[in-house]
Amino acid sequence: MLLLAFDTATPAVTAAVCEPVHDGVRVRAALSSIDARRHGELLAPGIRTVVAEAGAALADITHIAVGIGPGPYTGLRVGLATGHALAEALGVPCVGVATLDAVALASGRATPFVAATDARRKEVFWARYDDAATRVGDIAVDRPADVDTRGLPVIGHGARMYADVFGQDPDAAEPLHPSAAALGEVAVRALVNGSELPEPRPLYLRRPDAQVPGAPKRVRRPLAPGGTGAA
Amino acid sequence: MSNSALPLIMGIESSCDETGVAFVRGCELLADEVASSVDEHARFGGVVPEVASRAHLEAMTPTVRRAAERAGVRLSDVDAIAVTAGPGLAGALLVGVSAAKAYALALDKPLYGVNHLVGHVAVDQLEHGPLPKPVVALLVSGGHTSLLLVRDLATDVRLLGETVDDAAGEAYDKVARLLSLPYPGGPPIDRAARDGDPRAIRFPRGKWGDGSYDFSFSGLKTAVARWVEDAEHAGRAVPVPDVAAAFQEAVADVLTRKAVDACREHGVRHLVISGGVAANSRLRRLAEQRCAAAGVEVRVPRPRLCTDNGAMIAALGAEVVAAGLPPSPLDLATDTSLPVGSVMAG
Repeated sequence: MLLLAFDTATPAVTAAVCEPVHDGVRVRAALSSIDARRHGELLAPGIRTVVAEAGAALADITHIAVGIGPGPYTGLRVGLATGHALAEALGVPCVGVATLDAVALASGRATPFVAATDARRKEVFWARYDDAATRVGDIAVDRPADVDTRGLPVIGHGARMYADVFGQDPDAAEPLHPSAAALGEVAVRALVNGSELPEPRPLYLRRPDAQVPGAPKRVRRPLAPGGTGAA
Repeated sequence: MSNSALPLIMGIESSCDETGVAFVRGCELLADEVASSVDEHARFGGVVPEVASRAHLEAMTPTVRRAAERAGVRLSDVDAIAVTAGPGLAGALLVGVSAAKAYALALDKPLYGVNHLVGHVAVDQLEHGPLPKPVVALLVSGGHTSLLLVRDLATDVRLLGETVDDAAGEAYDKVARLLSLPYPGGPPIDRAARDGDPRAIRFPRGKWGDGSYDFSFSGLKTAVARWVEDAEHAGRAVPVPDVAAAFQEAVADVLTRKAVDACREHGVRHLVISGGVAANSRLRRLAEQRCAAAGVEVRVPRPRLCTDNGAMIAALGAEVVAAGLPPSPLDLATDTSLPVGSVMAG
C-alpha cells in the first residue's frame, strides 16, 4: 500500500505520501503551505512534488485519502474534486477523512480535548476527543460562545482565533491546521485495521445561502393620494 | 476512423450550472455529456453559486465516466485536457479546473485552460465544419451578450462590444418572472410570443444607433415592468403574448442590427450566433432575414451545442492544440472575468 493524502479544507494546502510499516505508519514525504486563497493553484503542483519526493510515481499510488472537511466550501471542493478525478484516472480507491480528525491526531494528546477550526461567519467547526485518535460524537458548527467545551482545552485555528472566548492562551492552540501526514496516518491505520472510513464527500454542515425571491420589485412609486400615477 | 490521427481532446466545462464533459477529435464530436443543476435553481429565479458548485462536485466524475463510455475511449487514450478557466462563477470554475488538473497529472497529458466565451464560437465547427476566417460572432446567453470579431479561434479574437448591464438571457429571465412564466425565461417567452403581436407595444432599444457595438437590456426590462404595472393598476388584464412578443422583438432587433453592422464594417461574410439565447426563434429568423439582405451567411449550432457543454471546450482545445500553443501550468488559476481576447488563461 502506498497512500497519497491531501487536504484543502482549511488555510493549509497539504499533501503527503504514506505507507504502513510493521509498527505503524511511515510518512515518505509531506509538504504544507498556508494560503487560504490559492488552494486551486497550489494543490496539483504540491501533489506532483510530494510524490516525487517520496521517490514514487503517481502510477505507484494504491490509495487516495482526501480531507472531507468541514471547512470553507470553495477550498474544500478543490481537494475533493482532485481526489475524485485522480482516483478515477489511476483506477484506485479514494477514501475520506474528517479534516478535524487530522488536526486532533497531530496534537498527540492522550487526554480529552476539543478541536476547533474556522467556519467563517464568526463560527467554528468543532468536536470533542477522548484522545488524539478518538473522536466523541459528530462534528458541529457553532458560535464559539455556544461550544460546550466542558472545561477541556481547545486546540486548532478556531481555538487561536477565539482564545478570549475559550478563556485560554492563544499559544496553547497548536496544532492550528491539519497536516496531510496526520490525515494519511488516520487513513492507513483504518485501512490496515479494516475499520470504516467516510465516503469522499464533503461535510458542509450548512445549507447553501439562497433565498426564494418574493414578488418582483415595483418600479413605480406607490401613488400619493389623489395622484395621477404618471411617471 | 478517418480522424484517428488527430489528437483526442477531453473538454471539461463548469463555469455556471452545467457540468459538461466531451471528447473531440478535430471537428468530430465523439461524445458530449451534460449534467445540469438548473432544476435546483428554478425556485430561486436564477443560478445560486453555492448550489451550482455543490452540484458540479457531485456530477464531475460520473459525467467524465459517462462521456468516455459514450465515446468508446479510455482515459489513457486522451492526448490533451481542455478546461474552462473563465469567465464564470469562481467556485464553479474551480471544481472543473481542479478535476482537469488531476486528470492531466494522473494521465501525464497537457492541460489547456481556455476561455468559455471563445468556446461558444468554436463549437460551431463540430456542426458546420471549419470556420471561415474571419467571422463575426454574437454570443447571447444568461451570463453574456458579446459581439466578437474572430480572425483565428486560437490566436486572434477581438471584442467589438458587449452588454453594459444585464445579459440578454438575464432580461428574458426577469421579464418571465414579471409575466409569471417559469425559469429559465427564454423558452416560455418564445412560446408565449407566438400568439402575440410584436408591434402591439413599442419597447425601447437600448444603445440603438449610438455607434457602438455595446448593448443594454436593463432599461428594456424596467420598461416592461412599468408597462405591466400600469396595466395592472388600471385594472387591465396583462396581454402576456403581446408583451412577450414585443419584448422579444426589441431584443432581437438590437442584437441582429448590431451584428449585421459589424459584419458590414469589417467586410465579414459569416456570422455565428451561439449561447443559450441563440435557440430563440425570433432571433434566428430576424438574423437570417437581415443577413440574407446583407449577403452574410448565418451559422447557428443546434440548440444542444449553443448552451453550455463540454463540447465547446473540447472544440476550442482541439484548436489551441492544433495551433501549437503552449499548455497551461499546473498552477493555472481560474479567472472569473477572463477577457474574451484571452483565448487561454494565464
